[in-house]
Amino acid sequence: MPIKSPFHPRTAALCESMNYKEWAGYYAVSSYLVHHDMEYFAFRNASGLLDITPLFKYSVKGKDAARFLSRIMVRDISKLKIGRVTYCCWCTADGKVVDDGTVMRRGEYDFFVTSADPCFSWFSRFQRGYDVELKDISEEVAGLALQGPTSRDILKQITDAPLDQLKYFGTTEALVADFIIHISRTGYTGDLGYELWVDHEQALKLWDLIMVEGSAYGIRPAGLDALDVTRVEAGLILKDVDYYNALHAFIDDRKSSPYEIALGWAVNLDRDPFNGQRALRSEKEEGSKWAITGLVLDWDEIEGLYARYGLPPEVPGMAWRKSIPLYVNKAKEKQIGYATSGTWSPILKKNIALATIEEKYNKVGSEVELEFTVEHVRHTVKATISKTQFYNPERKRSNPGLKKDKP
Amino acid sequence: MSSKYDAIIVGGGHNGLICAAYLAKAGKKVLVLEKRYVLGGAAVSEELYPGFTFSVASYVVSLFRPHIIRELNLAKHGYEVIPMDCSLTPLPNGDSLARWGDAHKSRREISRFSQKDAEIYPEFSKVMTHMGKLAKAVIDHPAPDINSMKPGEIANMLRLGKAFKDLGPDLLHLNIKLVTMSALDFLDRWFESDVLKAPMSVSGIIGTFQGVRSPGTAYVLLHHYMGQLDGSFRSWGLSKGGTGGISIACANAATSFGAEIKTNAPVDKVLLKNGKASGVVLENGDEYYSKLIISNLDPNQTYLNLVGEEHLDSDVVKEVKRFKFRGSSGKVNLALDRAPEFACRPGIGDHLRGDIAIAPGTEYLEKAFDQAKYGEWSTRPYINAVIPSLTDPTVAPPGKHILSCFVQYAPYNIKEGAENWPKYRETFGDTVVDTMAEYIPGLKDMIIYRQVLTPWDLEQQMGLTEGNIFQGELSLEQLLFQRPLSGFAKYETSIESLYMCGSGTHPGGGIMGASGELCAKLILQSKSI
Repeated sequence: MPIKSPFHPRTAALCESMNYKEWAGYYAVSSYLVHHDMEYFAFRNASGLLDITPLFKYSVKGKDAARFLSRIMVRDISKLKIGRVTYCCWCTADGKVVDDGTVMRRGEYDFFVTSADPCFSWFSRFQRGYDVELKDISEEVAGLALQGPTSRDILKQITDAPLDQLKYFGTTEALVADFIIHISRTGYTGDLGYELWVDHEQALKLWDLIMVEGSAYGIRPAGLDALDVTRVEAGLILKDVDYYNALHAFIDDRKSSPYEIALGWAVNLDRDPFNGQRALRSEKEEGSKWAITGLVLDWDEIEGLYARYGLPPEVPGMAWRKSIPLYVNKAKEKQIGYATSGTWSPILKKNIALATIEEKYNKVGSEVELEFTVEHVRHTVKATISKTQFYNPERKRSNPGLKKDKP
Repeated sequence: MSSKYDAIIVGGGHNGLICAAYLAKAGKKVLVLEKRYVLGGAAVSEELYPGFTFSVASYVVSLFRPHIIRELNLAKHGYEVIPMDCSLTPLPNGDSLARWGDAHKSRREISRFSQKDAEIYPEFSKVMTHMGKLAKAVIDHPAPDINSMKPGEIANMLRLGKAFKDLGPDLLHLNIKLVTMSALDFLDRWFESDVLKAPMSVSGIIGTFQGVRSPGTAYVLLHHYMGQLDGSFRSWGLSKGGTGGISIACANAATSFGAEIKTNAPVDKVLLKNGKASGVVLENGDEYYSKLIISNLDPNQTYLNLVGEEHLDSDVVKEVKRFKFRGSSGKVNLALDRAPEFACRPGIGDHLRGDIAIAPGTEYLEKAFDQAKYGEWSTRPYINAVIPSLTDPTVAPPGKHILSCFVQYAPYNIKEGAENWPKYRETFGDTVVDTMAEYIPGLKDMIIYRQVLTPWDLEQQMGLTEGNIFQGELSLEQLLFQRPLSGFAKYETSIESLYMCGSGTHPGGGIMGASGELCAKLILQSKSI
């Protein structure tokens, strides 16, 4: 049975729809109202507040903490500056991705790591020989994501921390009322936003302060359904949907390298040994088999298909996650991959999807065919290959307090 | 003599900007001249009071054609519409009806007034959605010319005919009822509850000088059902940053394709050479020459002011003068120091994040119209209000709010004479505030700024003749091949090289963009530039 996050007393009181799902062993709100669209628009136009406590959280401290994490992660964590955060993944020895998450450097010897799957055992198997203390703090620290254009304004009402200076992927300690939280300018919406990390005992106090101050800034509690739309728009992949944890994959074909899931940019190959280095080096040289890419579905074809049945065009009511075949042409001569998740983007006015495609077909701008079912009949529609980051507003990265930013 | 353009567009309303964008996208050299300091025409956002951005005139969006968003890449240029989830009708007795996106929630609400109506409501929506499919056939194409035997025109007629025939016999008969009946008579065929019918029927009178019992208003009801938001028909939304946000997105698209836009550039006259439009002269005397002139202004302004009666054939003058405007609505925009609470549903919730209709009964609406018939504004008018700041925090300072009220009836021709409207402007404003205050206790103490726009003001400020928000009434005899004039319904005018692209042309008003788009496409198709 799932357990309740420390925010449960508040989220449950607000969750009119009683629409929950299980997330990493916790009850997590899918949508507060029967439909999630108002929550989606809060993320994009005001602010949404999302309970992210179910993420796994680790404290990594000690003289060798940076070296230790560099050994595990595909990224060279020793280069990460204090007060900075990086998003990366970690691999098996054969270069297949175990999980992805964020690494935050809070001090010279003090790191905070989040992951989607429990990774204590995986991390600890590399511990020998390093002066490092690894601690699972998943059930001590609660998390909130405050995401949206007004999120900075709301946080400024509850803390004096230098938020105007806090850059994208920066992290800072902050005094809120009479307790300390950690703020990182990170998130899963591809928008201006923050993630807040707080001890369980202070969790409700933090929630209340944010909701009270947020009311003048259009805040709304938001659930995972709305988040799912934003994360597809932002082109952010999801474990067990767009790829599998290599340790849990039943067959080798289900394993992916960082290069195959659009995380190649995070790999720092030329440095001291790290897990997966040899395999990734040879994959880099020989090329990868698969790639994750973005798809934009052709609206006119969709509308035409519906019109054939006398139907007005429909858009999916929520983000979807299922495997849908991708073909090289309308004659379906060859299947070249599969879409794994997608959504109607209300802000871009486009039907978009994330897909795994054979690397040789992954050319931005080229056209492929995606299976598309209308009125019980399978058709295909034209889809144009695009970058995965469909939506990328300037405010995500900008800082009003720093000079070089445009207004 | 200034540089030569392929097309000059007079008026930077959303249709003019869309027309400019399509022409510029096709590689044409385009200049848009806007009289005011700000773009948008009636789809305009203005910071009238520090920190408060008002959708001064037009305030909600539904009818905007989705293919225009795609073709002009408007999402990239800032087009953003946030859907509204609720339609609230507060009642004087303290009760209220709220209709929601959540179908079962709506059913339970309507059941309190009529269980039968509650269950028929989704059936009605289904039928109207079928009707809405006609939109593609009717509003996404130029109106056919019924006098022409050209193959293209006959094909146009057939296409339109087929769309109607495809409805099937039941829906076709229903459609004929829709175009001939009154909004309320039509609704009477479906529903029994007055509380439900009143707010539904008002879609049939918006912008017209008609009552909910006037024949022909059922068509206007349908016109408002043709909207489309993200594929689903009949849903309304608020434009981020006010409706001017849409105009700015259209302007950004136009300039990205190379169009030139000038504000504070009021055009005085269209220059004629051998009876052909060849340029424009601004009020300051500057002249601009172009192969084509496209007017975004209404038919009256275009023919009688830009061209001038002296250059027109007498039959054209006669028809233009007979084109009905007779504006019937005003607008009151309020800046509030806090969120307004309604007596019927205390608290600030999602019931306020949609539109709020002061339409507490069909008799109320008919009485409101009765006064208008005799040259008075309604003592208790129909009001459609929105509080956009609850959904879009960019339009008001934190904790402060905007209450935007569309008000009908405020006839242009008051018995004291339209030119006397300025004398009565604030009294009219008081009527609106008094009406709203009956539902929002303490409203008067919340107001920190008030803007009152009478039909006279809409005419003076925005150039809308007689204050008609649709650039001419949406009545049957002024639609399709008769909009604006029989024989000149394909965006051309009786003057060679002078075109029209505003709401005064087919398919008409609302922030739809179709007139601007169709005008541009027809010009490009005809290869006249």
